[in-house]
This record gives sequence, C-alpha cells and structure tokens, in this order.
Amino acid sequence: MPPSRKPRISGIGRVLIFVYGVLALAAVGRSVFQIIDRFAEAPVAFSLSALAAAVYIVATIALSARGSAWYRVAWLTIGFELCGVLVVGTLSVFAPALLGLSSVDPFGRQATVWSVYGMGYLFIPLALPILGLLWLRRNPPGGAEAS
Amino acid sequence: MIQWFTTVQVVVAVAAGVLCLVLGLAGKSPNDLTMGATALIEVLLITQLVVAIVAPAVGNQPTGSILEFYIYQISVVLLPIAGGFWALIERTKWSTVILGVVCLSVAVMVYRMNVIWFAQGA
Repeated sequence: MPPSRKPRISGIGRVLIFVYGVLALAAVGRSVFQIIDRFAEAPVAFSLSALAAAVYIVATIALSARGSAWYRVAWLTIGFELCGVLVVGTLSVFAPALLGLSSVDPFGRQATVWSVYGMGYLFIPLALPILGLLWLRRNPPGGAEAS
Repeated sequence: MIQWFTTVQVVVAVAAGVLCLVLGLAGKSPNDLTMGATALIEVLLITQLVVAIVAPAVGNQPTGSILEFYIYQISVVLLPIAGGFWALIERTKWSTVILGVVCLSVAVMVYRMNVIWFAQGA
C-alpha cells in the first residue's frame, strides 16, 4: 500500500483511539443523564462534564484524522483535557463548593468524569491525555508511523 | 436484573478480557478463540437486555434510575459489536488488545448496571 493511503494511526495508536472512543461514550452517557435528571443540583459541574464529553469526541476524531490541522486540534483538545482533569480534579478535592458540588464521592450521584482526577473512571481520564500527548510527540504528521 | 446472571457476566467478561489482552500482547491477531469470547459476551448482553425488559413486568423493579440504567444497557450492547467489527477489518495484534479492552469495559459497565438496579436509592 502506498504511504499516502495508510491511515494516520496504526498499531498501538489504534488502541489509544479506541480507548478515547470508549471514554467519550462514557462521558457523554453520564453527562447527558445528569443534565436530564438533576441539572439543577450542580449546574457548573454538569456543564463542565458535558464540555469534557464534547472535547473527548473531538479528540477521538482528531487523533484518527490525517493532516497537520487535525494534529493541532489533537494537541489542543488533549492538552485541554489534561488541564481540565488537573484543575477540576484539584477543585473537586479542595473546593468542591466552587463547582457547586455538595458531595465529592467519585462514584456518587454528582460524580463527573474529572472528579478526583477521574477516580470514578479508574484514573483513565488522568492517564489518557498524558499517553495521548506522548504519542502525538512521537508521531508528528507526515513522520514515521508507529508500529 | 438477576444477581447470579450479573455475576456470570462479570466473571466471563473479566476472563475474556484478560485472555484477549494476554493473547494480543503476545502477538496474536484476532482468532476464533478471542472473537468467540467476544461473541459469547455479546450473547450474554443481549440476554441481559431481554431480562431488563421483562423483569419489571414480573415484579423485579430497579431501585435506581431506569434512564441511567438504559444508557448503560444500550452502550454495553454496542461495545462488543464495535470492537468485533474493528477486529474483522484490521487483523493485527492490536485489534486483539482492543477486544480485551472491550471485554473489561463490559465487566465494569455490567457491575455499574447491577449497582443501579439493586443498590441505589432513587
């Protein structure tokens, strides 16, 4: 197959995309439910949760798409996620009231994908952006494919 | 939901997940064993969907939110299909690893569904 026909991502990068897709699904499902069922309880936290879910979807697409524009989108969205999980994770532990949260139980009814650094999601929301950024750095657009 | 059937699903999904991860990292592309394990989980999940639809009619009501339950139930049925198609299209060892990720995700989601059904105040 000529190189131009090769997908942007191969090998272990595929696993990365798939896990991103699953996390996007999980975040979308959770935040849609919370917004339908109990938005008034913690509007700030649930809005952030929905934003995070949307960004996960964009990141999943950006990782799998070719071209330097998508590469920049991938950097931006994955960088945003890393900031999000660190900032919101820290706030959820030390100042939950700022997010309008009355409970910080990462498995509780107000849990979001970023609460306590993603503990309710086995810390995958914390680990994944770091792995994603490392992967992006090793695989610039047009560069050698990962094996 | 039916408690013992949930246990069966979680145990089978964890076993299949570990199997696929190990075989995948050992370099095996998706084969009858790993695809079969994923298919078995899909059959269990479709059975689970039927159980969830029938159960309230025979007095087995969820204690938690039925909407939250079905968000999980629908997503979990779709996961092995997505991973399975991926494995059919791309026949590399990483697809086997993806099947493993699917199976372990299914285990976590079925566990959560069990919590929503049995152990959650509305």
